[in-house]
Amino acid sequence: MPKAIFVKGNEAIAMGAIEAGCRFYFGYPITPQNEIPEYMARHLPDEGGTFIQAESEIASINMLLGAGATGARAMTSSSSPGISLKQEGISYMCGSQIPGVIVNMSRSGPGLGGISPSQGDYFQSTRGGGHGDYRTIVLAPHSVQENYDLTMKAFDLADKYRNPVLILGDAILGQMKEPLKKRNYRKKEFPRDWILTGAKGREKRLLKSLYLSEGELTDHNWLLFKKYRAMKREIMYETEFMEGAKLIVVAFGSVARILKSAVQMARDQGMKIGLFRPITLFPFPYAALEKISQTVKNFMALELNTGQMVEDLKLAVGHKMNHVDFYGRPPGSIPSPDELFYEIKKVYNKRIK
Amino acid sequence: MKQIFDKPEALIDIPFHFCPGCHHGIIHRLVAECIDKYGLREETIGVSSVGCSVFLYDYFNVDVVEAPHGRAPAVATGVKRARPDNFVFTYQGDGDLAAIGTAEIIHAANRGEHITVIFVNNTVFGMTGGQMAPTTMEGQETTTTPFGRNMDMNGFPIKMTELLAELPGSCFTARVAVDNIKNLMKAKKILNRAFEVQINGEGFSFVEFLSACPTNWKMSPKQALVRIEEEMIPYFPLGIVKGG
Amino acid sequence: MAEIRFREERCKGCGLCVTVCPKKLLKVGAKINRSGYPVAEIDDMGSCTGCAFCAEMCPDLVITVFK
Repeated sequence: MPKAIFVKGNEAIAMGAIEAGCRFYFGYPITPQNEIPEYMARHLPDEGGTFIQAESEIASINMLLGAGATGARAMTSSSSPGISLKQEGISYMCGSQIPGVIVNMSRSGPGLGGISPSQGDYFQSTRGGGHGDYRTIVLAPHSVQENYDLTMKAFDLADKYRNPVLILGDAILGQMKEPLKKRNYRKKEFPRDWILTGAKGREKRLLKSLYLSEGELTDHNWLLFKKYRAMKREIMYETEFMEGAKLIVVAFGSVARILKSAVQMARDQGMKIGLFRPITLFPFPYAALEKISQTVKNFMALELNTGQMVEDLKLAVGHKMNHVDFYGRPPGSIPSPDELFYEIKKVYNKRIK
Repeated sequence: MKQIFDKPEALIDIPFHFCPGCHHGIIHRLVAECIDKYGLREETIGVSSVGCSVFLYDYFNVDVVEAPHGRAPAVATGVKRARPDNFVFTYQGDGDLAAIGTAEIIHAANRGEHITVIFVNNTVFGMTGGQMAPTTMEGQETTTTPFGRNMDMNGFPIKMTELLAELPGSCFTARVAVDNIKNLMKAKKILNRAFEVQINGEGFSFVEFLSACPTNWKMSPKQALVRIEEEMIPYFPLGIVKGG
Repeated sequence: MAEIRFREERCKGCGLCVTVCPKKLLKVGAKINRSGYPVAEIDDMGSCTGCAFCAEMCPDLVITVFK
């Protein structure tokens, strides 16, 4: 499959899922991700798969829990307020160690907010947005190609760790159209000794998250903790324009995309600015940033919110020893490369004499 | 002499945690007897819910997945769609199914999911200590209706069996009780039919069991039987509402 | 000729079996089991017909029936 095709970001996610063997999709309409359920409705049956438009986002996540419990590759998608509704189900999936892929094409909040893109769900995504001590791997694409590639990867990670994986996009990434190169998915095998298939010729199996005996839940939480710690080996990030950089700008998703143009403009004018783009938001690439901070003393986070990822940046590099500046842009308008260039230039001139 | 009554194979032989006189123990056994009767023990995937029956998975010798409160019909939908050849049932109380889970049960029934739902209605929230449920009756005292359920303030008890029968997608809905042997034997027959509806690929089946909660009704087990007969059955009539 | 046996340690003294015996042979007696419940017992085994109604009604699988 060498040729590129011109597709919408949302569709690329659905394509990647089907390519990775996803045969079950449960979802509910919400702007700006409706192309995902619509693509699935049209194409899953051709693959022998099942599409259900559920009665709510709550029902969708629970259907995902059920299908995942049988070892099936299943996905749901929504946008910010719908993801809030799914938190109970996600917590249960983590507690019961049931895999699944959840896509959040963020819109603006809080509340009904708006339909323009935002990055206001960073905390919700990376801190385990529901109750209890749990985490999900969070993948943040920044292009239509990455929408496709990371969705495929998400299914492998979900099965590998028996955990939900969240894909965090936004309205821009969902609606924009770019060339996409499809590729063949290479199937990976993962242990299946826990899936529910009917207790034929074996002991019964149980998938639950309730542990009431003395000490049982403590042990279970430490088991999950160790699993989340092991996820560190999945850390992904991208750096660009790093040579001789004196200021590192840090952003994810569509902001990183816009920032690439802004940093190019800065470099053209001789400013030594580098770009660091986390791709896994959980686990966050703390160590990689900490290493950079041994030689570079100035960092700046840019996000479409009032300050979320910047906290992880501060944790990584230490804001007492290094400068961590922040440019936040709550949702409601999309910044242009010029606007972001203006902001990083301001900080550069302030910090680099 | 030979043994003519024994525990079903689908039930694990450990003591039930239920209160004295609670009917969950009877209903668990009837469901297990049905699983045995149709040879389904190795094919069954159960979906447990939240309430006094939360430990169902300790008692049934089948694969089970735990569902969040109210969501069992949605979880069961995911299970059955992924594994259509398995026998899938949910087991839910009146808070789980008729309060928080109303959307999920209505839509699973409406889609005609090939699952069997066991609904245990004791007109009260048992596990949490006796609060009002959607099926609590007029005048019934609970911890959140200390002066008796008042229709103006709290609305009316919901008849789920009739409600689900209205949906074109549902195939079989019925209400039974186990307060005496005659009703228990009828309940067995109806439960058999509900199982057959799924086994034969006919569609969605639903059986509501009127049940006792002596602890939260503040009655003896024997008085509780009388309440079922004299107060509950007149309002929640027994029999097959749809699919007879 | 029939016989019923009670697993006394499982009995919770709920008395449901007593309500269904057609010959009124059962009662919840004075004996207390390890859980603190008075247990059900049969007065006159000879009159038992092995109908098994008591076993069917028991919520705790206390009773087995032989015929």
